[in-house]
Amino acid sequence: MTVRHLDVRRGSYHDSVTLMQVSRTVGDVDGVEAALVAMATELNLDFLPALGFDAGAVEAGPNDLLIAVRAGSDDALAQALQALEAALTSSRRPSADTWGGEPPPRTTGDAVTATGARLALVSTPGEHAFVESLDALRAGANVMIFSDNVPLEAERRLKDEAAARGLLVMGPDCGTAIVAGVGLGFANVVRNGPVGIVAASGTGAQQLTCLLDDAGIGISHVLGVGGRDLSAAVGGASTVAALRALDADPATELIVVLSKPPAPEVATRIEALAGELATPVVLGLLRPDGDDLTAVAGRVIEAAGGTAEPPAAWPVPDRAPRAGHLRGLFAGGTLASEALALAVRELGPVASNLHLEGATPLDGTSAARHVIVDLGEDEFTRGRPHPMIDPSLRLERLADETARDDTAVLLLDVVLGHGAHPDPAGDLVPAIEAAVARGIHVVVSLCGSAGDPQDRDRQASSLAGAGASVHLSNAEAAREAIRLTRGARP
Amino acid sequence: MNHEEPFSGLLTEPSTVVTAGVELFERTLAAQGVDHHRVDWRPPDDGTAAAIARISADPRTVAANEEAVSRLTSAEPRWTDVVTASEAVGIERGQFLHAGPPLTWERASGPMRGALIGAMLYEGMAGTPEEAADIAARGGIELSPCHEHGAVGPMAGVVAPSMPMFRVENAAFGNTAYCSLNEGLGKVLRYGAFGPEVIERLQWMRDVLGPAMRAAVRALDGMDLRALITQALQMGDELHNRNRAASALFVREVVPPLLEAELDPRQLAEVVRFINGNEHFFLNLVMPAAKAAADPARDLPGSTMVVAVARNGTDFGIQVSGTGDRWFTAPAEVPDGLFLGGYTVEDANPDIGDSTITETAGLGGFAMAAAPAIVRFIGGEVGQALAATRSMYQITLAEHPVYQVPILEFRGTPVGIDVTKVVRTGLVPVVNTGIAGREAGTGQVGAGLVTPPMAVFSAAVRALADDAGA
Repeated sequence: MTVRHLDVRRGSYHDSVTLMQVSRTVGDVDGVEAALVAMATELNLDFLPALGFDAGAVEAGPNDLLIAVRAGSDDALAQALQALEAALTSSRRPSADTWGGEPPPRTTGDAVTATGARLALVSTPGEHAFVESLDALRAGANVMIFSDNVPLEAERRLKDEAAARGLLVMGPDCGTAIVAGVGLGFANVVRNGPVGIVAASGTGAQQLTCLLDDAGIGISHVLGVGGRDLSAAVGGASTVAALRALDADPATELIVVLSKPPAPEVATRIEALAGELATPVVLGLLRPDGDDLTAVAGRVIEAAGGTAEPPAAWPVPDRAPRAGHLRGLFAGGTLASEALALAVRELGPVASNLHLEGATPLDGTSAARHVIVDLGEDEFTRGRPHPMIDPSLRLERLADETARDDTAVLLLDVVLGHGAHPDPAGDLVPAIEAAVARGIHVVVSLCGSAGDPQDRDRQASSLAGAGASVHLSNAEAAREAIRLTRGARP
Repeated sequence: MNHEEPFSGLLTEPSTVVTAGVELFERTLAAQGVDHHRVDWRPPDDGTAAAIARISADPRTVAANEEAVSRLTSAEPRWTDVVTASEAVGIERGQFLHAGPPLTWERASGPMRGALIGAMLYEGMAGTPEEAADIAARGGIELSPCHEHGAVGPMAGVVAPSMPMFRVENAAFGNTAYCSLNEGLGKVLRYGAFGPEVIERLQWMRDVLGPAMRAAVRALDGMDLRALITQALQMGDELHNRNRAASALFVREVVPPLLEAELDPRQLAEVVRFINGNEHFFLNLVMPAAKAAADPARDLPGSTMVVAVARNGTDFGIQVSGTGDRWFTAPAEVPDGLFLGGYTVEDANPDIGDSTITETAGLGGFAMAAAPAIVRFIGGEVGQALAATRSMYQITLAEHPVYQVPILEFRGTPVGIDVTKVVRTGLVPVVNTGIAGREAGTGQVGAGLVTPPMAVFSAAVRALADDAGA
């Protein structure tokens, strides 16, 4: 017997990441066939018919909370609703006491003014990020914009405003930063030290800081600038500001600029500025045929007075190349493009949703070709949590690839640190064991530091115990995966 | 801001972090022991995100709003005279002013029609209510909003040519505003009653009260309304639904000059008894004081500040500085509150009156924390009065430099409603109001709170965005 529950709560707003996790919690209750807990946007209302609900019966807007649950029995439904309340309550704090307390500010500007914060972290949906960020700047705070889908013109306005006020805009689409020892967004726990990083690439910065940390080199700050900062349109506005600030910062003795190759005129500007600064600058510009992240890390370690050693690995001995195709399933964008660049060079055409010379478009199927896919891209994360937070998207894909007869090697990244899933290995181990049982080679690129809350070495041991080889160097993981794919160019 | 160090010293020591959006990032900050504060963020009212972004980017907005709220709060309203409506606002026989945005007889609600009928009887245009209604239905009267004539009117706000009006001057800007005299509670014209006792009272106000008030104010050489309002706030009034202290202070001011005015002793006694028995008498001076303060803030290109909030019993409307005389309207809601006698919400008319000019100027619901006693009226707890005022700081541009709230450590009242803040926060202005009966001729049925429709603020935001250009 199927029972349905459909409910609209007016004016009850929760962010989409929280709600997707709540949906999952409710969906995981035994006997629940389908669950949707979401703001009643047009997009979410469109999901209703597929779940067996009549969308026409719902009158609700984007500020209303929509709850749709289909279950196999009344009991299951009751349990699902109980789980829903628990999940929603735990995500909210009690409201302020009306006698003594101020109501919590509802705009970023008011919150900055009330607290005197010097930094605002904006992660609203992209269409609202400009207004909240401008608010923060006008109230005197620097801004990190995690949100993506922020228009280019809006980014320029924000960076102009920041320049006029002597403030920094990190982002948009800035996933990681470390400022005066505080990790923001997705950041790894790394030791303090002399290296200041200006990064236009989020997972790139995470890989670099982890490799430096393992080599005993500490970090002063990681200032994200957003993937478009070094384009001709933005002109490196935040990169320039960040370079000057790190140059003035007594804790920073060596500066690294980490980015895809900039627009030529911006590259000239950055190189010229790097030459003027009192602090030495290492340029880590990730050209497809140039240094990979591990090589950049090596240069930085040497420049900082250390000795570059191969990053740690947990190998699987005696694996012979296997006929078939390489399937790379990534959560981190920069890690995926690095693997793709290496694979294209060695394997010939590779299908991918990332743009790179030699890569062919991904049309949805993996049939009879090499594939490297970035599951953190918009087309996968619309309406679903990012694979760094919630492994379900990648686990589904892993099961598909494991079932294919032509999958020779699976290449996965696992990103640890603040904000990432608390135990990614725990979810991946059964999937890896299933693949290994089918004779598939599994290689994991593990991006994490020894201090990360997930206990990196225990994560590595679990993954290795399931039969995967594990590398702290993403490039090294990619190379091994390519080597294990028979048919790779010698 | 610290100009010595880059990024206000961001790199020097760990900062408090404000977060807006994904809760996950609060948890990561908490795990690191970082002082952090979440913005109680929610998306703006449906479909206004792009409009708000455009207004925020408009280089005129910040300066225009600073100018608008500075004009609003630097007003020096003085009561200077009592004159007839025909002198004050230039209306003639057959012409009437009314509260709220523009309205026709056809769309007018029960109390508005009742007040117009009463005004026609009072002006001698008709002998019976039926005849008056016929004349009005045939198009025999001309209607216009008070706000478009430098005037304001409580509830139905109907002004007829021979009525006496308070004249209020804003000494800081030289502009004037007008309002009729308060009739007291119960069966009164402004609540739509038109029985003989209503008409007789209006005639007495024209013939006795008006001249007496004129004599008093001329003898006083004007009355400083700003000072009186400031005192009343410290005595527990919010100056919209509670004018008890202000009316008492007013009596204290006007009685000595009235005694010197050599009125007929019986009439003098009537006048003093009338104003002393009406604890809302001062409302009709607060309203033009607020109107006189708000008008100089009109017509500033780019400003998103509200300069008028008004209801006509059918529509709720606002006017915004940056969009000139344009009204943004939506259907008026029925207020919620306490009802007199056996009346219930079923008897209540949708929201009506220009008295929301008080909220526009940082009084009324915005000053509710100054008037904790008023929560009895709305059936709430004292904390709600404080919460109401505190929440209004989130949708206003400034704190009033003179109007202060003792219980909030003499913090200035929230003033200067910003339509973009309303739409962003989802907080609509808190409005205290009287409740009129739905049927023409009923009068007042209660008092309470009303929720302004968000749609008028969204519409204003869209219009401002169009004006802001690309």
